[in-house]
Amino acid sequence: MNDHTTALRADGLYKVFGRHADEAVIRLHQGTPRDQLGHGTTAAVIDASFEVRRGEIFVVMGLSGSGKSTLIRMLNGLHEATAGTVEIGGERITGIAPKRLREIRRQRVSMVFQHFALLPHRTVLDNVAYGLEIQGVARPERDARAREVTQIVGLAGWEDKLPGQLSGGMQQRVGLARALAADTDVLLMDEAFSALDPLIRREMQEQLLELQATLGKTIVFITHDLNEAMFLGDRIAVMRDGRIVQVGTPEEILTDPANEYVEQFVQDVDRTRVLTAESVMRKPRAVVHPAAGAHGALQAMRDEQLSAVYVTQRDRTLVGWVSDRDALDAVRRGERSLDGIVRPDHGAVAHDTPLAELFIPALEAQLPLGVTDSRGRLVGVVPRVTLLATLGGEPGADAQASPRPDPLPAAVVDRALEAAVDSGALDAEEAI
Amino acid sequence: MDVRIPFGSWVESGLDWIEHNLEWLFDLLAAVYVALYDAVVWVVGTPPAIVVITVLALLALAVRGWRFGLGTALGLLFIVGVDQWDNAMETLALVVVAAFLAIVVAVPLGIWAARSDRVSAVIKPVMDFLQTMPAFVYLIPAIGLFGIGVAPGIFATVLFALAPGVRLTELGIRGVDREVVEAGQAFGSTPGRILRQIQLPLAMPSIMAGVNQVIMLSLSMVVIAGMVGAGGLGGDVTKSLSALDTALGFEAGLSVVILAIILDRFTGAFGTKRGLHLFRRLRARGTSDAAATAASSPGASSPTADREAVAA
Repeated sequence: MNDHTTALRADGLYKVFGRHADEAVIRLHQGTPRDQLGHGTTAAVIDASFEVRRGEIFVVMGLSGSGKSTLIRMLNGLHEATAGTVEIGGERITGIAPKRLREIRRQRVSMVFQHFALLPHRTVLDNVAYGLEIQGVARPERDARAREVTQIVGLAGWEDKLPGQLSGGMQQRVGLARALAADTDVLLMDEAFSALDPLIRREMQEQLLELQATLGKTIVFITHDLNEAMFLGDRIAVMRDGRIVQVGTPEEILTDPANEYVEQFVQDVDRTRVLTAESVMRKPRAVVHPAAGAHGALQAMRDEQLSAVYVTQRDRTLVGWVSDRDALDAVRRGERSLDGIVRPDHGAVAHDTPLAELFIPALEAQLPLGVTDSRGRLVGVVPRVTLLATLGGEPGADAQASPRPDPLPAAVVDRALEAAVDSGALDAEEAI
Repeated sequence: MDVRIPFGSWVESGLDWIEHNLEWLFDLLAAVYVALYDAVVWVVGTPPAIVVITVLALLALAVRGWRFGLGTALGLLFIVGVDQWDNAMETLALVVVAAFLAIVVAVPLGIWAARSDRVSAVIKPVMDFLQTMPAFVYLIPAIGLFGIGVAPGIFATVLFALAPGVRLTELGIRGVDREVVEAGQAFGSTPGRILRQIQLPLAMPSIMAGVNQVIMLSLSMVVIAGMVGAGGLGGDVTKSLSALDTALGFEAGLSVVILAIILDRFTGAFGTKRGLHLFRRLRARGTSDAAATAASSPGASSPTADREAVAA
């Protein structure tokens, strides 16, 4: 990992409150459980190490008391680490002089708080400009920049109001604007949307993703809400009892939980919004190339007991599909080419489509729903049973799931093929 | 059981030592007290009563509305009516000076205590001591150190009135939302700036409640200080007590009550939203005038504003 891609790095972070903190770190390191440290010594964060890449949303998720709030406060030095190091943009911020730490906070890292933490006696504009004021930006310039950011978060026209006159959602927009106006690379968000009601929360999450897409900030987001974590996070760190138990993409966490705790935790998550077609798709049982002709297609379907099959080019670009009945008719009519019977309405979906959006296409499709990559190549299929099995939450439950019903009886197909061979429409070798 | 702790004589010899070795300090303090007192007496005592009443009533009108304005005017006219005006103005001057000095000491002490648990732990019992020690007891060493007159009265009053100022300042600052203070830190603000821009403004209602308490305690102590020749209404109350003069006692006593109510409502108003709003507007408006006030810490400016409000 070089410093061009790593915006923030935490290495072996410990935070112990109370007496004998240093001693406690050594004992924790040796494997003493944190509830055996004795009275008056509380280990809030234990051996936390992770890297946050530039421009990514890194979510730290855990229940209350898991140490996530303490952890985020160590990332900008609000809590001094008992042991371990934090680096922002390659510069160490642990164990440095308070003056330098303040400079780093001004230039490199800003923060959004759970309960907004606005200055109630200052107007919205002055609140947004607060970071710039601390940075020493002159009044006219900071007002202009604050106005700009206020507009971006959708609060134009509210500049001269006091925070008390705003709703919760609007107040948090001010909090967000204040952090954005400071124009730091790294943004720490501590349960930033937890105090908002669900509809507003969703709206703010979407706005955050939009802002992230345009501004490209590095965001460390703390939450106790798994759905929020899954929605926002490029990667998620799951915390429990002060330790990070798993770091991974939302899909990895969901499909491959590191331990029972994570597994239990992810049970309630709305999988259909997190998992994508790619993560549940199977290898297609059979595809045919246009060159195989009607006979080839019919044979392939007979061998795999399928009632329909996808047709792709040699480079796997999806062309369409054929049904066994059409192929049978074609063979009976003596047509060799597939062209007449390939149907282009394959209804395949993109590989990054969330499961929630697969249900209707899966119902409409005549055969297991096709999944294509960004270049239109067929990379997999999602049978309906797989879709249902995934919802049940049991990995591998669909392994023994049976294919779609009603392929043509093999005897009928065999007879037709034999008849075709007899009439010379098909070479014997080709029929294999 | 003839074991006796000679605590009293320890204190006495300690005070004796102070008296002999720190005489210059107490002479200086006495000079400052008397000068401040004379200045305030000159301001409120020189103009005719009707001018002072009008000004105070108008101020009352501005701070709380017409009801308080009218009440102030009537109350003060009553004091003139029972021929206690000069005494009342002397008492007012004593209260203003003593409360001002107490606040100047109390607010910084409160801030210090709020920022350090150790300081807080030390200050707390000291404040308990100062507040619960019977008020008369302060007068005894005060006479020893300052002699008879205004100075011992002010000295004893300051000691007695200090505690609520310190306590409510500490309480107010400690009560400021932790996240808001963290926000200041997270954006790289210096501790001094956080104090000035976040903690003091947000603690202002509590600090103003402390200021109010300091003034009320000062008033009650100033009357007791009449016993050591501090003059004013306290002097007449003491005189009526020794002469069993019911008429004089109640006239002077009621005048104290009227002063107390007026002072309480005035300072109470600064703890409310409206008062704070007015306070802020005044600060914002007189930029040239208030530059010193606004630029320096609000902790120092609050007693100044108070003094202006009362003394104007």
